[in-house]
Formats: sequence, structure tokens, C-alpha cells
Amino acid sequence: MSDIAINKPVAMAGPRGKRPRPLFSPRNIMIYGTLFVAAAYYLLPLYVMVVTSLKGMPEIRLGNIFSPPMEITFEPWVKAWATACTGLNCDGLSRGFWNSVRITIPSVVVSIAIASVNGYALANWRFKGSELFFSILVVGAFIPYQVMIYPIVIVLREMGIYGTLTGLIIVHTIFGMPILTLLFRNYFASLPEELFKAARIDGAGFWAIYFQIMLPMALPIFVVAMILQVTGIWNDFLFGVVFTRPEYYPMTVQLNNIVNSVQGVKEYNVNMAATILTGAVPLIVYFVSGRLFVRGIAAGAVKG
Amino acid sequence: MTGQAKAGRPNQLLRNLNAKIASIPMILTAVVIFFGGTLWTVLYSFTNSKLLPRLKFVGFDQYERLWAAPRWVISIENLAIYGFFSLIFSLVIGFVLAALMDQKIRFENTFRTIFLYPFALSFIVTGLVWQWILNPEFGVQSVVRSLGWTSFVFDPLYTPSIVIYGILIAALWQGTGLVMCLMLAGLRGIDEDIWKASRVDGIPTWKTYLLIIIPMMRPVFITTLVIIASGIVKVYDLVVAQTSGGPGIASEVPAKYVYDYMFQAQNLGQGFAASTMMLVTVAIIIVPWAYLEFGGGRKRV
Amino acid sequence: MNSSVSIKDLSLNFGAVSVLEHLDLEIRDGEFLVLLGSSGCGKSTLLNCIAGLLDISDGQIFIKGKNVTWEEPKDRGIGMVFQSYALYPQMTVEKNLSFGLKVAKLPQAEIDKRVARAAEILQIQPLLKRKPSELSGGQRQRVAIGRALVRDVDVFLFDEPLSNLDAKLRSELRVEIKRLHQSLKNTMIYVTHDQIEALTLADRIAVMKSGVIQQLADPMTIYNFPENRFVAGFIGSPSMNFFSGEIVDRDDHKFVRVNGVDFGLDAYPARSPLETGRKVVLGVRPEHVKVDEALAGGEFHDAVVDIEEPMGADNLLWLKLAGQTMSVRIAGNRRYAPGKPVKLSFDMSMASVFDAVTENRI
Repeated sequence: MSDIAINKPVAMAGPRGKRPRPLFSPRNIMIYGTLFVAAAYYLLPLYVMVVTSLKGMPEIRLGNIFSPPMEITFEPWVKAWATACTGLNCDGLSRGFWNSVRITIPSVVVSIAIASVNGYALANWRFKGSELFFSILVVGAFIPYQVMIYPIVIVLREMGIYGTLTGLIIVHTIFGMPILTLLFRNYFASLPEELFKAARIDGAGFWAIYFQIMLPMALPIFVVAMILQVTGIWNDFLFGVVFTRPEYYPMTVQLNNIVNSVQGVKEYNVNMAATILTGAVPLIVYFVSGRLFVRGIAAGAVKG
Repeated sequence: MTGQAKAGRPNQLLRNLNAKIASIPMILTAVVIFFGGTLWTVLYSFTNSKLLPRLKFVGFDQYERLWAAPRWVISIENLAIYGFFSLIFSLVIGFVLAALMDQKIRFENTFRTIFLYPFALSFIVTGLVWQWILNPEFGVQSVVRSLGWTSFVFDPLYTPSIVIYGILIAALWQGTGLVMCLMLAGLRGIDEDIWKASRVDGIPTWKTYLLIIIPMMRPVFITTLVIIASGIVKVYDLVVAQTSGGPGIASEVPAKYVYDYMFQAQNLGQGFAASTMMLVTVAIIIVPWAYLEFGGGRKRV
Repeated sequence: MNSSVSIKDLSLNFGAVSVLEHLDLEIRDGEFLVLLGSSGCGKSTLLNCIAGLLDISDGQIFIKGKNVTWEEPKDRGIGMVFQSYALYPQMTVEKNLSFGLKVAKLPQAEIDKRVARAAEILQIQPLLKRKPSELSGGQRQRVAIGRALVRDVDVFLFDEPLSNLDAKLRSELRVEIKRLHQSLKNTMIYVTHDQIEALTLADRIAVMKSGVIQQLADPMTIYNFPENRFVAGFIGSPSMNFFSGEIVDRDDHKFVRVNGVDFGLDAYPARSPLETGRKVVLGVRPEHVKVDEALAGGEFHDAVVDIEEPMGADNLLWLKLAGQTMSVRIAGNRRYAPGKPVKLSFDMSMASVFDAVTENRI
């Protein structure tokens, strides 16, 4: 026995060391092949949008939509932003952009403020009936908007704010409430209950605990909620059409009116530039937020 | 400590007063809008309201008229086709992509970013892009033809019989990334030891997926199904942007029917009846799910 | 004697589920009372009721003679320490300590004074500027105790404060809490499932099971004279040996007969007459049995060694006696091989006899 132990460099026959893993094994080719094909399908429209928006109309009429521009022009972008015509006016998407900004910012702030307090109350200060109201809210998230739109029109009309920005902000707050409340409730419920108890022993009340203990701990979930709401409200079309007057139309509505307007010659390059411009804000939010975006939709969706 | 004398039993209504005040928006939304609004719409669907809602009951007249309208029937057919294929394809594509992503691949983040970015875009943007790509004069059809295949025909948006599939392509592009993400989260939630055990037992990967992993992911599949399904019923913007319901009425959907009758044709009764039908459709999807999920012994709270 | 916390006829139910039922408890001024029981016995619930964090269904709670049944937690004159420390993560240690005082709008000078005093007592002055995430478990729990300390209250409530710590830290902090109690002389109510903590810390222990206090007494009484079989079995590790048998009369002496083996009851301090024929359970702790050593007036019983578990200082022998398995604790240096026959002698003066039906001590 000891002899063998001393002569240790004697290598036995057979496999030894790191097992070879060929880079181009059939398995890898299949996996990466499928993934690359799928990625191409998902990237194609973005590519088409960009190249089309950078071409002049003559080139579009001649060439195919996948070919890169021979001569890059930014004119379509300028036109889409400043002078493209809807059926009503010809000041481009800029009006819709600023309307969307004016709609999105207050809607995001108000809806998150209300929903976070709701979620906090539901997680920590349950009262008789609070769970019932919450259940109605969550079930309500599945009711098609079309069912509730007209009653809301009536309510807003009675309040004298139908067609105004305020009205639309309220609508966004209402329809954002189920998912956001759920998000915040689950988050606050996941915090250790003892923290809340300790704060109560320290004598803090409803608002003191919310602002001084809970809020500072909930920053990540606030970011998630903001991502959810900014993209959701920016992308909204239905409420924009139903609850505002044309001068307040958000960007999506304006975009649709520009592209699908029946008057004049179709300028596909301008249309695509306008489309990119409208998609830019949520796309930027998406690329900047990365994992938080995934977390937001997963939290929102899975628990829904 | 505060010098506040609390002699009597605190009033039950005043207890937690701040919490109750803070919950007023939620209570109003739940009770007035979600509950009251839904009841209101259902109630008025039995009236002959035209320009303004009026409480003149006409029984099921609106529903009879609804189901006699070719446009509504086409809308429902479209929804059925769109819904069926959209469910199948999103689940299959979503799961396959998630399973591939779960193979400890390189560039996972890049791939996920690519698959999910369409979900950040609005349906309007989605519809307009695909309208352009499927444009018969300049889009895919003309490109293939210019490659020499001159008789190639792929023109869904102007062919009534297949227009809904053109919308389906766009919808899948927009939504499968989300399904992939949900599925991936589900796959990641499965105990690593299951995989180790199946490897030691020598079970082929595809069999492990089919016989062990997918059954284990049942809850994820069900929630995903519900999310996709309730999204399908709401489909509206995509159709408006991509085809405006055309050609003719070939790509109409229920949500668009409701909007057009409520706000353009000024035939509120029809709009209410149609939206009530949408509600029924959703209920058919949701109620069995809610029963499975929350009924039957309250498995989770 | 002055009563600090007094609970009268307290009941708590959640819907149809009754958690605490008609519970009475008097806690003396400056006393260290431990509520001991396994999880779900209602001990933490009782503590939360005392703190005012749970609304009770019926009964009254007095703290320092004041009826606080309907008071808010902050107005009850209590401080509380939690199992998970419950430190506010975004605040420094100093802010954590002063938060409650700021809410109560105390003058800054007073706040500073109290924080400084608490920090000195607990020796956490160097940590004051740190965030909880930068502290070790033991340091966090010290801060949590400090938060109760600064409130300058009469009653401290501890909800399993050491359960999240590892064994070594736990014993260190246990000593520290005891020292704290000795110097502050406050009333302390301490919930735990750990009998060592209970036995080492308590002036009195209340052993709880399904919302009912099984026995309330000082640790030594609880250990040596358990009121019923549950308390006997719950306290002590390894747990007490139990033998089911019946009382027999032989030559004018009472015995417990277990499978034909008789254990003499002459030395047993019975409270009530031991009627012949009564079905009983005899309980003997592992350390109250001698192996191959006679006790004064004791008899020998034949047993066979089954397994031995040497633990260093002690050696735990598992033996077969009268058809049952039992354990005996002997000195660590005395070793026995499995299968070896031995002679046991029981210290019946330290034994317990319970009625087989009511399970109460006789």
C-alpha cells in the first residue's frame, strides 16, 4: 500500500480532470439557436421602426422595409414632433407629449400616495370590513373597464370635471388602485409585525408610523409602483379617449390620430418616428429600471 | 402620560379612526365605482337608453338585438379565435423561452431584456409597428416578392378571413415576454434538489419537464392563464391602432363594440348590454379560478 | 405585597377560537415573572394583551393599580423587547432609542439624558451613531432593551428576546438581563419557550398550556414539585421518567407497583392519602436515581444498561427497568457497557406521584 502512495505520479488510464464540454454541442446549438431566432423576432419591429424613421419617403417607396437607410435624414423626427397633422391640428406630437406629462405626473403621485396608505392601513390597521372592501377592489381589477366607464362618466359629469385633466387623474387613480394597493399591502405585510408593535409602544400613531417608520423602509416598492404606473398611464389609450377633450389628448391618442388619419398622403417615415417618440418614455423607464421592472410586473401579476 | 382622560370604552366607530379616514378613497372606489358602477351598468342594460341613460325597462331586448347584430357576432368570433390562439401560443412560447433561459445560459439578462421590452410599449405603438411591417405594399409581402417569389401572398391586415391572426402576431410579440418572465420565476421557484434527483435517476430532461416540473408549476400556469385571459377580453387599443376594426368589420372585438355604441353611435343600451356580456365572459373565466384558488378549504390566506 | 401587574378574569377569543380563558395573574412589584410554554400555548398572546397590542375580549388589566384595559400601549407604562429586535432599520441606534421620547414630545435635554443613561447601562455608547444593519445580533438586542429602558417605565415586557441568538450569545445576554433586573429592580414579564432561561431568570414561572396557567411558582418548586404531569414532563432535560402503576399496600407500607416492581412511598411527601388500588403515574428525574449506590433507607431495583450517552461532565444511561426504558444521570467518569446489569436506588423524597386520570399531583 505504502509503495503506491509514494509513487503518486503514476496516472491511471481513463478520464481524468475537467470533463470536456464542447462549446458547439448539439444541446448548446439548439438552445442558443432558438434563443437567437426568438430574439430576432422581438428585435425586428424595433429595427424596422428605427430604419424607417431615418429614411426619406422616396427611399421607402423604392426599397424594402428591412434595408438600412442609404441616406439618413432626421426630418421625419422633426416633423413628427412639431408639424404632423391629426384630423384637428398640425402641431405634431409635442402637444400630446406635454399632455401625457401633465397627465402622468399627477396621476402617478396621487395614485401611489393613496394606494400606499391603503396598503399600509390594510396590512397594519385592519378594521371591521376592511378586508371586504379590499376583496371588492381586487375582484374589481378583473372587471372589464367598459363595464364601469359610463358610471364614471356620470359621476365626473356630476362633479363638473368630466373632460378635464383632474377627471382623468381621478380615473387613473381609481383603476390603478387595485394593483397598487395589493402591491403595498403585501409589502407592508411582509415587514416584521414586531416593528409596528414596537412603534406603537413608542407611542406613534397611524400617520407617525406611516411617515417615520414604514415610508423610509418602503422605498424599493415605491420605485416598483412608480415604474408600473408611469408605463401604464403613459401607455393608456382608452381613458384618454373617453375622459378628456381633444385639447388634452395624451400622446397615444394623438399618435393614433396622426398615423391613422385618413387625410393626406401617408408618410410612413413620420409615422414611425412618431411611434418611436411615443414609445420612448416607457422604453427608457424599462431600460433604466431593468430588474425592478421585472419585479414590478411579477409582483403585480403573480399576486393578482 | 398625555393627560388625556379615557374613561369610557372607546367608541367602536372611532377606533382606528385615522385608518378609516385614510381608507375612504379605497372604500369609495370599491363600493361606488367597482360595485355600484357594475350594478348600474347591468341594470341599465335592460333599458332602451339611447343618448342618455333612462330607466325605461325593455327586458332582454338589447341582448336580442345584440346577438342579432352581425358585428357583435363577428366580435365574439374574433375574440374566441384570438383568445384561444393567444392562450395556447403565449403559454407554449413563454414556457419554452423560460425553459431555455433556465439552462444557465450566458447573456441571460440581455435575452430577457430583449424578450420583455415590447411589454413596456403601448398597444397603440405595437399595433402601428405591425401595421407597418404587415403593410402589403412595403412590408413582409413585398420584401419576399422582391426576392423573386413574386406570387407570395401574406396580407393579413387586408384579408378579412385572416385579419385577426395579423392582430394575434402583434399581441404575441407584445405579451409573450411577460409570460416568459412569470414562467421563469416559476421555474426558479422549483427546488434545485428535484433536478438533482431526476438527474441521478437518469430521467431525460424533457420528461422531467413534462412529468414533474409542469405539474409542480400548476399554480403559476393558472395565474398566468387568468392574467392572459383577462387581458384578452380587454383587447381594444391594439385593434384600434392596427386595423380600426377593418377591413369592414372583420376585426371588430367586443370592447370596441362597447365603446363605439356608448360614445359614438349614442346607443347606450346596446353598449351596456355588450359590456355586461363582457362581464359575463370574465366571470366565466374568473369564478372557477377563484373557486379553485380561494374556495375549498382555504388553503392559503 | 404590592401588585405591579394584575390580570383579572382575562379572556381572549378570535371568533369562535378561544385563546385565553378566564385567566388570573398577579405579578408583584419588582418581580421577574417568566411565562413558559411551547409555541401556541398563548404566552405571547398574553404578553401582547398586557402591552395593549391585542384587544381582549373580557376581563381587566391593571398596571400599578391603574386600570389600563382600554388604554393605548404607550399610556400603559410599559416597555417591550421583541424576538426580532424590531429596530427601525433606517434610524441610527440613537434615533431608535429616542424615537418614542420624541413622539411623546419630551424636551431634548431630557431625551439626551435618558439615552445617555441607557447607553451607559447597556454599554452601547460606541454604537450610538450606527444603523441596526451594522450591528451584531447581540448588539441589536441590547439596543432593543435600551429602547425599553429609556421609556423609564415600571414594567418591562420581553417577548422571546433571546430566541434569535446563537447559543453562546444567548447565555451571555441571559446573564446580562438578570444583572439588569437586579440593578433596576423593575417588574419584568418574560416570555420564553426555553426552560433554561425560565429557570435561571425567574423569580416565579408560570407554565402555560392551551391558554391556561398550569402552575405558578418559583423555579425550584416548579422543578421539584410539579403540580401536574404536563409541568413535570415539560420541565427538565432529559425529561422525567414516568412509570404507570397502582398503589398497593404491603406490610403497612404504601408502594407503587409497576409491572410487578414495587417502589416504596414512605419517603414521598404525599399531600393526600394514597388510597390502595388507585391508578397513578410515578415520576422520577434522571438525577434522583443512583446506580450501584445505596440511598438511606432505599431499596434496590434490578435494571440492565441499554445505551450510554457520555456528555462530558455527565453520563446519561438509558436502562431497562420493569419493562420500561428510563434514563439516569451519573457522573461523567463512570462508564457502563451496554447489557451490564446494575442496581438502582430511587430517591423517593424527590419523586412525584400523579393521579393517572386527572394527572394532578397527589
